Amino acid sequence: MDEQLKSELRRQGVVATSLQELYNWGRRSSLWPLNFGLACCAIEMIAATMARYDLARFGAEVFRPSPRQADLMIVAGTVTKKMAPQVVRLYNQMPEPKYVISMGACAISGGPFKQGYNVLKGIDRYIPVDVYIPGCPPRPEALIDAFLMLQKKIDEQYLTGPNRPRHLNADMPSEFVVPEFGTHDLVPTQNSEVWKAPLVNISIAGKNESGRD
Amino acid sequence: MNLEEIKSEIETNVPGCRLEIIPNGSPSGQHSLLVDADHAFAAAAYLRDAPNRQFDYCSNATGIDWPIKEVSTKVKTKKIVDGVEKDVDEVVKTQTGGYLEVVYHLFSVELRQGPLVLRMRTEDRAERIHLPSLTPLWRSAEYQEREIFDLYGVMFDGHPDLRRLLMWEGFEDHPMRRDYVDPDDYEYEPTAHDEVLKRAQAHVAAEGGR
Repeated sequence: MDEQLKSELRRQGVVATSLQELYNWGRRSSLWPLNFGLACCAIEMIAATMARYDLARFGAEVFRPSPRQADLMIVAGTVTKKMAPQVVRLYNQMPEPKYVISMGACAISGGPFKQGYNVLKGIDRYIPVDVYIPGCPPRPEALIDAFLMLQKKIDEQYLTGPNRPRHLNADMPSEFVVPEFGTHDLVPTQNSEVWKAPLVNISIAGKNESGRD
Repeated sequence: MNLEEIKSEIETNVPGCRLEIIPNGSPSGQHSLLVDADHAFAAAAYLRDAPNRQFDYCSNATGIDWPIKEVSTKVKTKKIVDGVEKDVDEVVKTQTGGYLEVVYHLFSVELRQGPLVLRMRTEDRAERIHLPSLTPLWRSAEYQEREIFDLYGVMFDGHPDLRRLLMWEGFEDHPMRRDYVDPDDYEYEPTAHDEVLKRAQAHVAAEGGR
């Protein structure tokens, strides 16, 4: 439908929309996050929900204590290897459609504890992440920005076609491998369907900024 | 609080106890008391219960790994070379370490004193790694001793619940030991260098080159 005509109609008190728009509007306007935090980023997440930053303005004030009722997982903090299976299991228990925000340096890559003996190098090794927020910890504004980014992402999704979201595609997995505790590391160390080590040309690594693939 | 006094007090009250004062050369001058493992529990009990000491609070317990290390020191000696006496630098090699150490910080809230730094050492790093647990004396040591067991592998005899704390059940090795080799979960680094570059190259070679 023509955008100009649509806004013209709206000015006259007539709302014209499509099913896709309505569907996406419904999904994006009531993202219910899962109520859990892993480390200091969770404090910023809590701050974002309280009166000063007021995440409720964007429809995400209902933090659910059960994964069965949540749409959004905010991985807020360091994921230790001991905690990783539980995080993946919680994600698996969430119903589709579900989204993940990886909040802070630790949840993205391990952050300052990357070389630690018990720190997972990013939750995206096991579950698909929609929005990454860098920062240590990110400010509440950054979390709100991530929310807006996720809402924008949902808004732009098509309900049909090859690029339709995972929950509308029966062939796509909605559960992911829960790692098990090995003798020295998690088994497997990564879910290769979700994450692959980025390619880097080792022969010139660290020598030349351009030319990296 | 005089460490010499405490040392002689323990020596008279705990017969057979071998104590040593480990000096601290830094400006804080926080010298510590090394106690032998066999009498450590009795000595600690004395420190807690003696009316003039009353160390009623254990604020901290931690572990240290001392691998075997060769230390060479230069010693000036006089030697007769070709019939003439000369000053010669001689390198003396000595071995230190080869044990695990546990450090406790004790305070007396009652007498406003502390910290008293108490140390214990195991005999080696592989087999004879048993030390007495001080948890029966200070409950605050319970989790910290579990952590030391987890990360350094010190076995605390008399601990009520000696399980791993941070790592999972089934994990092998003790990650805070100096010779711990972490799992090879190589990952891309934008500025790979030194050790990371070597590991990255090994991985690339294993994957068939890039």
